[in-house]
Amino acid sequence: MTAPSAAVQRQAREHAMSMPLADVDPANPEYFVNDTVGHYLERLRRDDPVHKSESPFFGPYWSITRYADIMHVDTHHDVFSSDWTRGGITLTDVPADEKLPMFIAMDPPLHDEQRKAITPIVAPPNLAKMEGLIRERTRRVLDGLPRNETFDWVDKVSIELTTLMLATLFDFPLEDRRLLTWWSDVSTMNKKLNPDALEPHERMAELGKMLAYFTRLWNERVNAPPASDLVSMLAHGPATRRMSPQEYMGNLVLLIVGGNDTTRNSMTGGLLALHDNPQQWAKLRANPGLIESLVPEIIRWQTPLAYMRRTAVVDSEVGGKVIRAGDKVAMWYLSGNRDETAIDDAQRFIVDRPRPRQHLSFGFGIHRCVGNRLAELQLRILWEEILPRFPVIEVVGEPVRVRSPFVRGFSQLPVRIPG
Amino acid sequence: MPRVTFISFAGERRDVDVAAGTTLMRAAVDHGVPGIDGDCAGHCACATCHVYIEPPWSSKLSPKSDAEDDMLGLAVDPRPTSRLACQIRVTDALDGIVVQLPEGQH
Repeated sequence: MTAPSAAVQRQAREHAMSMPLADVDPANPEYFVNDTVGHYLERLRRDDPVHKSESPFFGPYWSITRYADIMHVDTHHDVFSSDWTRGGITLTDVPADEKLPMFIAMDPPLHDEQRKAITPIVAPPNLAKMEGLIRERTRRVLDGLPRNETFDWVDKVSIELTTLMLATLFDFPLEDRRLLTWWSDVSTMNKKLNPDALEPHERMAELGKMLAYFTRLWNERVNAPPASDLVSMLAHGPATRRMSPQEYMGNLVLLIVGGNDTTRNSMTGGLLALHDNPQQWAKLRANPGLIESLVPEIIRWQTPLAYMRRTAVVDSEVGGKVIRAGDKVAMWYLSGNRDETAIDDAQRFIVDRPRPRQHLSFGFGIHRCVGNRLAELQLRILWEEILPRFPVIEVVGEPVRVRSPFVRGFSQLPVRIPG
Repeated sequence: MPRVTFISFAGERRDVDVAAGTTLMRAAVDHGVPGIDGDCAGHCACATCHVYIEPPWSSKLSPKSDAEDDMLGLAVDPRPTSRLACQIRVTDALDGIVVQLPEGQH
């Protein structure tokens, strides 16, 4: 860490630990640009684990900060709804005409029907089929990287590989694949938090273009025999083949975002974590078999989606507080993943943990990430191909982080590979 | 100590002796039996300890809770014989239980 960023961390920690408890509000985009949110979450875990904030962006909301309480909320979907008509799974209040129905933001029974239509694409036989293609593309991207010059890992590796993966899942024309990255970024843009975002009407117009493109693909696939790509599965699945254009768009956004910037940010975050923890990198290089525990540890460490939001449908008690019907609730996965009472040495990046998959990054309960094993597969292959190729990867500058309390990610990471 | 027999998707058999009260999930994970993951550490929250249990063993088990039923909906290739291994405790009455593993967990 550079001297300026160490000072920023120190100041944030002093602020977080001394400010009036009532004022603590973790969903502050500034905390994510600077990566200082951890201090505020730690304060809440210690002093007020179930905590109500008043946000200038999101209004009143509860923060759930301990692992056990997050597990409770995540597994009580009958009390804590994900439904898009109540506000969905992010803290942002989206105007009615911008709301997108997607199964992550539905409750049973509709959630179950739509999710089950998607599940086959990530079933074990399909993952085995995809491994060869993923490995071939990973090798090609890594072999094509510049040597002895600074380049952006986010662009040349993380975005490139995850976009190729997404194009494969959709059987999307490869030459247009950067549209998937664009649409993913458009989906998660938020003008209220980020001045560089598109205006809401511009955003909806771009998503409309996405819908038009995918409608063309749908029309092609529905008239062809069922295939094992996501569009064909949606077009042929009994629960999904009659979905409205709005539902189709919502589920596309879900699959594009879910399969895209989360894995992307883990690919970047893993490299940064190893760079920041040279002893762990040395351990990994001495024993490449540790990739198996490295991968879930990277996912825990990065926590690509910092929180998930729910809306209470009845009054209930969590951690000694009463959460009332209608209240917004944020499960801070990022906080639970650093909870020392649940995870040993939670604040350290450790490549050979005994129980590395015990983390909250994929969520738990009926909404647990359907692509979790596919994400792990991509990361495993990436590190299997990096280790024999590059004895050294230097991170040569500070990362640029995304201005979002929801997507915990990077827009830039300057690196240099000697050779 | 009651014995549990795990049979992998490929048909390989592993016998494990465990203390009564141990869940089938812990029996597998603690003895390194591949094919059961148990990501949520037994909270009925991930469905990565999905197994198949046939008669006569199936009728000797406590019935599924709503939570277990909900989560089994997420499993790959769920069958009428599907159960979550973290919800079943081995007892002396279950000595010799045969547990079949699915093709994969996710």
